[in-house]
Amino acid sequence: MRVIQDTVVIAAVEKMCIEANCHLCEDVKSAIEKGRKEETSPIGQYILDQLIENAEIADSCNMPICQDTGMAVFFVEVGNKVLIEGRNLTEAINEGVRRGYTQGFLRKSVVADPFFRENTKDNTPAVIHYEFTEGDRLKITFAPKGFGSENMSRLKMLNPSDGMEGVKEFVIDTVLKAGPNPCPPIVVGVGIGGTMEMAALLAKKALTKPIHEKNPVEYLDRMENEILEKINETGIGPGGLGGKTTALCVRILVYPTHIAGLPVAVNINCHAARHAEVVI
Amino acid sequence: MKNIVKLTTPLDPNRIETLRCGDFVEITGTIYTARDAAHKRMKEMLEKNMSLPFDLSGQIIYYAGPCPAKPGQVIGSIGPTTSGRMDVYTPLLLKQGLAGMIGKGKRSQEVIDAMIRYKSVYFGATGGAGALISKCVKKAEVIAFDDLGTEAIRRLYVEDLPVIVLIDCKGNKLYKEFDK
Ligand code: SF4
Repeated sequence: MRVIQDTVVIAAVEKMCIEANCHLCEDVKSAIEKGRKEETSPIGQYILDQLIENAEIADSCNMPICQDTGMAVFFVEVGNKVLIEGRNLTEAINEGVRRGYTQGFLRKSVVADPFFRENTKDNTPAVIHYEFTEGDRLKITFAPKGFGSENMSRLKMLNPSDGMEGVKEFVIDTVLKAGPNPCPPIVVGVGIGGTMEMAALLAKKALTKPIHEKNPVEYLDRMENEILEKINETGIGPGGLGGKTTALCVRILVYPTHIAGLPVAVNINCHAARHAEVVI
Repeated sequence: MKNIVKLTTPLDPNRIETLRCGDFVEITGTIYTARDAAHKRMKEMLEKNMSLPFDLSGQIIYYAGPCPAKPGQVIGSIGPTTSGRMDVYTPLLLKQGLAGMIGKGKRSQEVIDAMIRYKSVYFGATGGAGALISKCVKKAEVIAFDDLGTEAIRRLYVEDLPVIVLIDCKGNKLYKEFDK
Protein backbone atom coordinates (compact mmCIF):
# COMPACT_ATOMS: atom_id res chain seq x y z
CA MET A 1 0.00 0.00 0.00
CA ARG A 2 1.16 3.52 -0.70
CA VAL A 3 0.04 6.02 1.90
CA ILE A 4 -0.85 9.54 0.76
CA GLN A 5 -1.52 12.17 3.39
CA ASP A 6 -4.77 14.11 3.03
CA THR A 7 -2.75 17.33 3.29
CA VAL A 8 -0.98 16.48 0.02
CA VAL A 9 -4.33 16.11 -1.75
CA ILE A 10 -5.67 19.33 -0.21
CA ALA A 11 -2.62 21.35 -1.30
CA ALA A 12 -2.71 19.91 -4.83
CA VAL A 13 -6.41 20.69 -5.25
CA GLU A 14 -6.03 24.21 -3.85
CA LYS A 15 -3.29 24.94 -6.36
CA MET A 16 -5.23 23.45 -9.28
CA CYS A 17 -8.33 25.52 -8.51
CA ILE A 18 -6.37 28.74 -8.73
CA GLU A 19 -4.18 27.84 -11.70
CA ALA A 20 -6.89 26.40 -13.90
CA ASN A 21 -9.08 29.44 -13.36
CA CYS A 22 -6.40 32.05 -14.01
CA HIS A 23 -4.31 30.55 -16.76
CA LEU A 24 -6.01 29.41 -19.94
CA CYS A 25 -4.70 26.01 -21.08
CA GLU A 26 -2.31 26.10 -24.01
CA ASP A 27 -4.53 23.87 -26.16
CA VAL A 28 -7.52 26.19 -25.81
CA LYS A 29 -5.41 29.29 -26.30
CA SER A 30 -3.84 28.05 -29.51
CA ALA A 31 -7.25 26.93 -30.79
CA ILE A 32 -8.62 30.45 -30.24
CA GLU A 33 -5.57 31.93 -31.96
CA LYS A 34 -6.03 29.58 -34.89
CA GLY A 35 -9.70 30.60 -35.05
CA ARG A 36 -8.63 34.25 -35.11
CA LYS A 37 -6.36 33.65 -38.10
CA GLU A 38 -9.11 31.93 -40.04
CA GLU A 39 -12.01 34.16 -38.99
CA THR A 40 -13.26 36.42 -41.78
CA SER A 41 -16.07 38.29 -40.01
CA PRO A 42 -14.77 41.62 -38.63
CA ILE A 43 -16.98 41.46 -35.55
CA GLY A 44 -15.88 37.87 -35.00
CA GLN A 45 -12.24 38.95 -35.23
CA TYR A 46 -12.91 41.75 -32.75
CA ILE A 47 -14.43 39.33 -30.19
CA LEU A 48 -11.58 36.82 -30.61
CA ASP A 49 -9.03 39.62 -30.16
CA GLN A 50 -10.75 40.53 -26.90
CA LEU A 51 -10.64 36.92 -25.74
CA ILE A 52 -6.93 36.64 -26.49
CA GLU A 53 -6.23 39.92 -24.69
CA ASN A 54 -8.43 38.82 -21.80
CA ALA A 55 -6.46 35.58 -21.39
CA GLU A 56 -3.21 37.54 -21.41
CA ILE A 57 -4.45 39.95 -18.72
CA ALA A 58 -5.71 37.06 -16.59
CA ASP A 59 -2.40 35.27 -16.97
CA SER A 60 -0.19 38.22 -16.10
CA CYS A 61 -2.39 39.56 -13.25
CA ASN A 62 -3.09 36.08 -11.91
CA MET A 63 -6.81 36.76 -12.00
CA PRO A 64 -9.67 34.57 -13.26
CA ILE A 65 -10.15 34.40 -17.03
CA CYS A 66 -13.88 34.55 -16.43
CA GLN A 67 -15.76 35.66 -13.33
CA ASP A 68 -17.79 32.46 -13.42
CA THR A 69 -15.14 30.27 -11.85
CA GLY A 70 -17.74 27.56 -11.98
CA MET A 71 -18.86 24.63 -9.97
CA ALA A 72 -15.79 22.52 -9.21
CA VAL A 73 -15.97 19.24 -11.13
CA PHE A 74 -13.39 16.49 -10.58
CA PHE A 75 -12.58 13.19 -12.21
CA VAL A 76 -10.45 11.15 -9.87
CA GLU A 77 -8.63 7.91 -10.67
CA VAL A 78 -7.75 6.02 -7.53
CA GLY A 79 -5.12 3.29 -7.79
CA ASN A 80 -5.94 0.08 -5.90
CA LYS A 81 -2.71 0.37 -3.88
CA VAL A 82 -3.43 3.86 -2.59
CA LEU A 83 -4.47 4.62 0.96
CA ILE A 84 -5.46 8.16 1.93
CA GLU A 85 -4.58 8.98 5.50
CA GLY A 86 -6.46 11.62 7.47
CA ARG A 87 -9.68 12.91 5.98
CA ASN A 88 -11.40 10.75 3.39
CA LEU A 89 -10.75 11.65 -0.22
CA THR A 90 -14.03 13.48 -0.79
CA GLU A 91 -13.51 15.65 2.27
CA ALA A 92 -9.91 16.34 1.29
CA ILE A 93 -10.94 17.47 -2.20
CA ASN A 94 -13.67 19.71 -0.79
CA GLU A 95 -11.20 21.23 1.65
CA GLY A 96 -8.86 21.95 -1.28
CA VAL A 97 -11.73 23.65 -3.13
CA ARG A 98 -12.62 25.69 -0.04
CA ARG A 99 -9.04 26.92 0.29
CA GLY A 100 -8.41 27.44 -3.41
CA TYR A 101 -11.57 29.46 -4.01
CA THR A 102 -10.92 31.58 -0.92
CA GLN A 103 -7.15 32.12 -1.25
CA GLY A 104 -7.41 32.60 -5.01
CA PHE A 105 -10.19 35.23 -4.78
CA LEU A 106 -12.34 33.08 -7.03
CA ARG A 107 -16.08 33.50 -7.17
CA LYS A 108 -18.23 31.38 -4.90
CA SER A 109 -21.11 30.31 -7.09
CA VAL A 110 -22.65 27.37 -5.25
CA VAL A 111 -25.99 27.48 -3.44
CA ALA A 112 -26.83 24.88 -0.80
CA ASP A 113 -30.32 24.04 -1.99
CA PRO A 114 -31.72 24.34 -5.50
CA PHE A 115 -34.84 26.10 -4.18
CA PHE A 116 -33.75 28.06 -1.13
CA ARG A 117 -30.52 29.10 -2.84
CA GLU A 118 -28.33 30.22 0.00
CA ASN A 119 -24.73 30.59 -1.07
CA THR A 120 -22.38 28.13 0.68
CA LYS A 121 -19.73 30.89 0.54
CA ASP A 122 -16.78 28.59 -0.21
CA ASN A 123 -17.86 27.02 -3.50
CA THR A 124 -18.28 23.59 -1.96
CA PRO A 125 -19.50 20.95 -2.39
CA ALA A 126 -17.62 19.89 -5.49
CA VAL A 127 -19.00 17.37 -7.98
CA ILE A 128 -16.61 14.41 -7.87
CA HIS A 129 -16.53 11.32 -10.09
CA TYR A 130 -14.36 8.38 -9.02
CA GLU A 131 -12.86 5.58 -11.01
CA PHE A 132 -10.75 2.75 -9.66
CA THR A 133 -7.58 1.76 -11.47
CA GLU A 134 -4.51 -0.44 -11.02
CA GLY A 135 -1.44 0.90 -9.29
CA ASP A 136 -0.33 3.24 -6.54
CA ARG A 137 -1.18 6.60 -7.99
CA LEU A 138 -3.94 9.13 -7.61
CA LYS A 139 -4.84 11.14 -10.70
CA ILE A 140 -7.03 14.21 -10.22
CA THR A 141 -8.54 16.09 -13.16
CA PHE A 142 -10.21 19.39 -12.36
CA ALA A 143 -12.62 21.12 -14.71
CA PRO A 144 -14.49 24.10 -13.23
CA LYS A 145 -17.77 24.46 -15.08
CA GLY A 146 -19.45 27.79 -15.79
CA PHE A 147 -23.21 27.70 -16.07
CA GLY A 148 -23.73 29.97 -19.07
CA SER A 149 -22.69 26.99 -21.12
CA GLU A 150 -23.86 24.27 -18.70
CA ASN A 151 -27.43 25.59 -18.98
CA MET A 152 -27.34 25.09 -22.75
CA SER A 153 -26.54 21.37 -22.44
CA ARG A 154 -29.11 18.71 -23.32
CA LEU A 155 -29.77 15.00 -23.15
CA LYS A 156 -32.02 12.81 -25.25
CA MET A 157 -32.86 9.15 -25.32
CA LEU A 158 -32.77 8.40 -29.04
CA ASN A 159 -33.97 5.19 -30.67
CA PRO A 160 -31.34 2.78 -32.01
CA SER A 161 -32.80 3.38 -35.49
CA ASP A 162 -31.92 7.08 -35.26
CA GLY A 163 -28.28 6.04 -35.63
CA MET A 164 -25.36 8.35 -36.30
CA GLU A 165 -27.44 10.79 -38.31
CA GLY A 166 -29.86 11.18 -35.41
CA VAL A 167 -26.99 11.88 -33.03
CA LYS A 168 -25.39 14.45 -35.34
CA GLU A 169 -28.71 16.21 -35.80
CA PHE A 170 -29.30 16.38 -32.05
CA VAL A 171 -25.85 17.80 -31.38
CA ILE A 172 -26.17 20.49 -34.04
CA ASP A 173 -29.70 21.36 -32.94
CA THR A 174 -28.42 21.80 -29.38
CA VAL A 175 -25.73 24.20 -30.58
CA LEU A 176 -28.27 26.17 -32.64
CA LYS A 177 -30.63 26.45 -29.69
CA ALA A 178 -27.77 27.66 -27.49
CA GLY A 179 -26.83 30.41 -29.98
CA PRO A 180 -24.91 33.21 -28.26
CA ASN A 181 -25.65 32.14 -24.67
CA PRO A 182 -22.75 29.75 -23.94
CA CYS A 183 -20.07 32.31 -24.97
CA PRO A 184 -18.93 30.90 -28.31
CA PRO A 185 -16.44 29.76 -29.49
CA ILE A 186 -17.52 26.65 -27.63
CA VAL A 187 -16.18 23.19 -26.95
CA VAL A 188 -18.75 20.44 -27.42
CA GLY A 189 -18.63 17.28 -25.32
CA VAL A 190 -20.79 14.39 -26.51
CA GLY A 191 -21.51 11.21 -24.57
CA ILE A 192 -23.20 8.37 -26.39
CA GLY A 193 -24.45 5.06 -24.94
CA GLY A 194 -24.63 3.61 -21.45
CA THR A 195 -27.67 4.72 -19.48
CA MET A 196 -29.10 8.20 -19.09
CA GLU A 197 -26.65 9.32 -16.40
CA MET A 198 -23.73 7.53 -18.05
CA ALA A 199 -24.22 9.49 -21.28
CA ALA A 200 -24.18 12.74 -19.31
CA LEU A 201 -21.05 11.71 -17.46
CA LEU A 202 -19.28 10.78 -20.69
CA ALA A 203 -20.20 14.13 -22.22
CA LYS A 204 -18.69 15.94 -19.25
CA LYS A 205 -15.59 13.76 -19.32
CA ALA A 206 -15.17 14.44 -23.04
CA LEU A 207 -14.71 18.12 -22.17
CA THR A 208 -11.56 17.32 -20.21
CA LYS A 209 -9.77 15.88 -23.27
CA PRO A 210 -7.12 18.13 -24.83
CA ILE A 211 -8.50 19.94 -27.86
CA HIS A 212 -5.94 18.79 -30.38
CA GLU A 213 -5.95 15.15 -29.31
CA LYS A 214 -7.21 12.94 -32.11
CA ASN A 215 -9.99 10.57 -31.12
CA PRO A 216 -8.35 7.10 -31.05
CA VAL A 217 -11.50 5.55 -32.49
CA GLU A 218 -11.45 6.08 -36.23
CA TYR A 219 -15.20 6.51 -36.86
CA LEU A 220 -15.60 8.82 -33.86
CA ASP A 221 -12.78 11.00 -35.12
CA ARG A 222 -14.59 11.32 -38.45
CA MET A 223 -17.86 12.08 -36.70
CA GLU A 224 -16.21 14.77 -34.56
CA ASN A 225 -14.80 16.49 -37.62
CA GLU A 226 -18.05 16.29 -39.53
CA ILE A 227 -20.06 17.78 -36.67
CA LEU A 228 -17.44 20.49 -36.11
CA GLU A 229 -17.58 21.48 -39.75
CA LYS A 230 -21.37 21.69 -39.69
CA ILE A 231 -21.35 23.75 -36.49
CA ASN A 232 -18.89 26.19 -37.97
CA GLU A 233 -21.08 26.55 -41.04
CA THR A 234 -24.01 27.78 -38.93
CA GLY A 235 -22.58 31.29 -38.80
CA ILE A 236 -23.20 31.74 -35.06
CA GLY A 237 -19.60 32.86 -34.65
CA PRO A 238 -17.63 34.37 -31.76
CA GLY A 239 -19.94 35.83 -29.13
CA GLY A 240 -22.84 34.71 -31.31
CA LEU A 241 -22.30 37.84 -33.41
CA GLY A 242 -21.55 36.09 -36.67
CA GLY A 243 -18.54 34.34 -38.11
CA LYS A 244 -17.19 30.87 -38.60
CA THR A 245 -15.45 30.27 -35.29
CA THR A 246 -18.47 28.85 -33.46
CA ALA A 247 -16.81 25.78 -31.96
CA LEU A 248 -13.16 24.99 -31.26
CA CYS A 249 -13.70 21.25 -31.19
CA VAL A 250 -16.14 18.40 -30.69
CA ARG A 251 -15.13 15.49 -28.45
CA ILE A 252 -17.10 12.24 -28.35
CA LEU A 253 -16.95 9.35 -25.87
CA VAL A 254 -18.99 6.18 -26.21
CA TYR A 255 -19.96 3.28 -23.92
CA PRO A 256 -21.83 0.00 -24.39
CA THR A 257 -25.58 0.44 -24.15
CA HIS A 258 -28.86 -1.48 -23.96
CA ILE A 259 -30.47 -3.26 -26.93
CA ALA A 260 -33.36 -0.81 -26.78
CA GLY A 261 -31.52 2.48 -26.46
CA LEU A 262 -29.26 5.16 -27.86
CA PRO A 263 -28.77 7.77 -25.11
CA VAL A 264 -26.96 10.91 -26.18
CA ALA A 265 -25.86 13.84 -24.02
CA VAL A 266 -24.40 17.11 -25.22
CA ASN A 267 -22.43 19.09 -22.67
CA ILE A 268 -21.45 22.52 -23.94
CA ASN A 269 -18.40 24.32 -22.66
CA CYS A 270 -17.41 27.89 -23.40
CA HIS A 271 -14.10 29.25 -24.67
CA ALA A 272 -13.08 29.46 -21.00
CA ALA A 273 -12.66 25.69 -21.22
CA ARG A 274 -10.58 25.20 -18.12
CA HIS A 275 -9.02 21.92 -17.14
CA ALA A 276 -6.02 20.83 -15.13
CA GLU A 277 -4.54 17.49 -14.15
CA VAL A 278 -2.27 16.30 -11.40
CA VAL A 279 -0.84 12.88 -10.62
CA ILE A 280 0.11 12.16 -7.02
CA MET B 1 -12.45 49.24 -38.65
CA LYS B 2 -15.11 50.65 -36.42
CA ASN B 3 -16.73 53.84 -35.25
CA ILE B 4 -17.05 54.08 -31.51
CA VAL B 5 -19.94 55.91 -29.89
CA LYS B 6 -19.04 57.40 -26.51
CA LEU B 7 -21.87 57.34 -23.98
CA THR B 8 -22.11 58.67 -20.45
CA THR B 9 -24.60 57.75 -17.76
CA PRO B 10 -27.34 58.45 -16.83
CA LEU B 11 -28.46 57.83 -20.41
CA ASP B 12 -30.02 60.71 -22.29
CA PRO B 13 -33.27 59.56 -23.96
CA ASN B 14 -32.34 61.45 -27.13
CA ARG B 15 -29.04 59.60 -27.34
CA ILE B 16 -30.81 56.26 -26.84
CA GLU B 17 -32.95 57.00 -29.89
CA THR B 18 -29.87 57.48 -32.05
CA LEU B 19 -28.30 54.13 -31.08
CA ARG B 20 -28.66 51.34 -33.61
CA CYS B 21 -28.04 47.63 -33.19
CA GLY B 22 -24.47 46.82 -34.16
CA ASP B 23 -23.06 50.12 -32.87
CA PHE B 24 -19.80 49.86 -30.95
CA VAL B 25 -20.16 51.85 -27.74
CA GLU B 26 -17.90 52.81 -24.86
CA ILE B 27 -19.68 53.67 -21.62
CA THR B 28 -18.31 56.01 -18.97
CA GLY B 29 -20.08 56.73 -15.70
CA THR B 30 -22.01 54.99 -12.96
CA ILE B 31 -23.70 51.66 -13.64
CA TYR B 32 -25.21 49.04 -11.30
CA THR B 33 -24.72 45.29 -11.13
CA ALA B 34 -27.69 43.03 -10.48
CA ARG B 35 -28.34 39.44 -11.44
CA ASP B 36 -30.76 36.61 -10.58
CA ALA B 37 -31.17 36.94 -6.80
CA ALA B 38 -31.08 40.76 -6.78
CA HIS B 39 -33.76 40.89 -9.47
CA LYS B 40 -35.97 38.58 -7.47
CA ARG B 41 -35.61 40.81 -4.43
CA MET B 42 -36.27 44.00 -6.39
CA LYS B 43 -39.46 42.46 -7.75
CA GLU B 44 -40.56 41.56 -4.23
CA MET B 45 -39.80 45.12 -3.05
CA LEU B 46 -41.90 46.59 -5.85
CA GLU B 47 -44.76 44.25 -4.99
CA LYS B 48 -44.63 45.53 -1.44
CA ASN B 49 -44.50 49.15 -2.66
CA MET B 50 -41.05 49.63 -1.18
CA SER B 51 -38.54 51.87 -2.91
CA LEU B 52 -35.68 50.16 -4.70
CA PRO B 53 -32.05 50.41 -3.52
CA PHE B 54 -31.39 52.94 -6.30
CA ASP B 55 -33.46 55.12 -8.59
CA LEU B 56 -33.63 53.28 -11.91
CA SER B 57 -34.48 56.22 -14.14
CA GLY B 58 -31.91 56.71 -16.87
CA GLN B 59 -29.66 54.05 -15.34
CA ILE B 60 -27.95 50.96 -16.69
CA ILE B 61 -27.99 47.55 -15.02
CA TYR B 62 -25.06 45.27 -15.76
CA TYR B 63 -25.95 41.60 -15.40
CA ALA B 64 -22.80 40.51 -13.64
CA GLY B 65 -21.53 38.80 -10.53
CA PRO B 66 -17.85 39.64 -10.04
CA CYS B 67 -15.03 37.70 -8.45
CA PRO B 68 -13.84 39.19 -5.16
CA ALA B 69 -11.18 41.90 -5.41
CA LYS B 70 -7.68 40.96 -4.36
CA PRO B 71 -5.89 43.39 -2.06
CA GLY B 72 -5.11 46.47 -4.15
CA GLN B 73 -7.70 45.64 -6.83
CA VAL B 74 -10.92 47.61 -7.42
CA ILE B 75 -12.79 44.45 -8.38
CA GLY B 76 -12.11 40.93 -9.61
CA SER B 77 -13.06 39.57 -13.03
CA ILE B 78 -16.45 40.88 -14.07
CA GLY B 79 -17.87 39.71 -17.39
CA PRO B 80 -21.55 39.55 -18.29
CA THR B 81 -23.88 36.70 -17.36
CA THR B 82 -26.68 35.33 -19.58
CA SER B 83 -29.39 38.01 -19.67
CA GLY B 84 -32.27 35.71 -20.55
CA ARG B 85 -32.63 34.56 -16.96
CA MET B 86 -33.57 38.10 -15.98
CA ASP B 87 -36.28 38.35 -18.68
CA VAL B 88 -39.15 37.58 -16.31
CA TYR B 89 -38.23 40.58 -14.16
CA THR B 90 -37.05 43.03 -16.83
CA PRO B 91 -40.32 44.58 -18.10
CA LEU B 92 -41.12 45.57 -14.53
CA LEU B 93 -37.80 47.40 -14.16
CA LEU B 94 -38.08 49.05 -17.57
CA LYS B 95 -41.43 50.42 -16.44
CA GLN B 96 -39.61 51.98 -13.48
CA GLY B 97 -37.37 53.89 -15.86
CA LEU B 98 -34.43 51.54 -16.40
CA ALA B 99 -32.81 52.84 -19.58
CA GLY B 100 -30.14 50.30 -20.41
CA MET B 101 -28.96 46.77 -19.77
CA ILE B 102 -25.63 45.10 -20.35
CA GLY B 103 -25.38 41.34 -20.62
CA LYS B 104 -24.95 38.53 -23.10
CA GLY B 105 -27.36 36.39 -25.06
CA LYS B 106 -30.90 36.55 -26.35
CA ARG B 107 -33.90 38.34 -24.81
CA SER B 108 -37.57 37.36 -24.83
CA GLN B 109 -40.16 39.07 -27.01
CA GLU B 110 -41.79 40.48 -23.85
CA VAL B 111 -38.54 42.25 -23.00
CA ILE B 112 -38.13 43.59 -26.53
CA ASP B 113 -41.71 44.88 -26.54
CA ALA B 114 -41.13 46.63 -23.22
CA MET B 115 -37.85 48.09 -24.52
CA ILE B 116 -39.71 49.63 -27.45
CA ARG B 117 -42.45 50.94 -25.19
CA TYR B 118 -40.10 52.52 -22.66
CA LYS B 119 -37.29 53.40 -25.11
CA SER B 120 -34.41 51.47 -23.69
CA VAL B 121 -31.36 49.74 -25.06
CA TYR B 122 -29.68 46.36 -24.56
CA PHE B 123 -25.91 46.19 -24.86
CA GLY B 124 -23.71 43.12 -25.11
CA ALA B 125 -20.37 42.82 -23.39
CA THR B 126 -18.07 40.00 -24.43
CA GLY B 127 -18.93 36.84 -22.49
CA GLY B 128 -15.94 35.42 -20.74
CA ALA B 129 -13.81 38.56 -21.01
CA GLY B 130 -14.06 39.17 -17.26
CA ALA B 131 -10.42 40.09 -16.66
CA LEU B 132 -10.37 42.57 -19.56
CA ILE B 133 -13.61 44.24 -18.45
CA SER B 134 -12.42 44.55 -14.84
CA LYS B 135 -9.79 47.01 -16.05
CA CYS B 136 -12.56 49.47 -17.00
CA VAL B 137 -13.97 49.49 -13.46
CA LYS B 138 -12.49 52.36 -11.47
CA LYS B 139 -14.72 52.26 -8.39
CA ALA B 140 -16.99 49.64 -6.88
CA GLU B 141 -19.15 49.52 -3.78
CA VAL B 142 -21.92 47.26 -2.58
CA ILE B 143 -25.09 49.30 -2.10
CA ALA B 144 -27.64 46.59 -1.33
CA PHE B 145 -28.13 42.91 -0.50
CA ASP B 146 -24.62 42.40 0.83
CA ASP B 147 -25.68 38.96 2.09
CA LEU B 148 -25.96 37.77 -1.51
CA GLY B 149 -22.18 37.84 -1.96
CA THR B 150 -21.35 38.08 -5.65
CA GLU B 151 -25.06 38.68 -6.38
CA ALA B 152 -25.25 41.89 -4.29
CA ILE B 153 -26.10 45.15 -6.04
CA ARG B 154 -22.93 47.10 -6.71
CA ARG B 155 -22.51 50.66 -7.87
CA LEU B 156 -19.63 50.77 -10.34
CA TYR B 157 -17.86 53.67 -11.92
CA VAL B 158 -16.64 52.55 -15.33
CA GLU B 159 -14.48 54.20 -17.95
CA ASP B 160 -14.78 53.30 -21.63
CA LEU B 161 -16.51 49.99 -21.00
CA PRO B 162 -16.61 48.35 -24.46
CA VAL B 163 -20.06 47.07 -25.48
CA ILE B 164 -22.08 46.52 -28.65
CA VAL B 165 -25.74 47.45 -29.11
CA LEU B 166 -27.52 44.09 -29.37
CA ILE B 167 -31.10 45.38 -29.35
CA ASP B 168 -31.95 49.04 -29.96
CA CYS B 169 -35.03 50.96 -28.79
CA LYS B 170 -36.81 50.18 -32.06
CA GLY B 171 -36.47 46.48 -31.38
CA ASN B 172 -33.84 45.77 -34.04
CA LYS B 173 -31.70 42.80 -33.06
CA LEU B 174 -28.09 42.03 -33.84
CA TYR B 175 -28.23 38.30 -33.10
CA LYS B 176 -29.56 36.21 -35.91
CA GLU B 177 -32.19 33.57 -35.13
CA PHE B 178 -30.71 30.12 -35.55
CA ASP B 179 -33.21 27.90 -33.79
CA LYS B 180 -36.21 28.29 -36.00
S1 SF4 C 1 -20.21 30.49 -20.29
FE1 SF4 C 1 -18.04 30.33 -19.78
S2 SF4 C 1 -17.06 32.17 -20.58
FE2 SF4 C 1 -19.27 32.51 -20.54
S3 SF4 C 1 -19.63 33.53 -18.59
FE3 SF4 C 1 -19.95 31.36 -18.25
S4 SF4 C 1 -17.97 30.51 -17.60
FE4 SF4 C 1 -17.62 32.54 -18.46
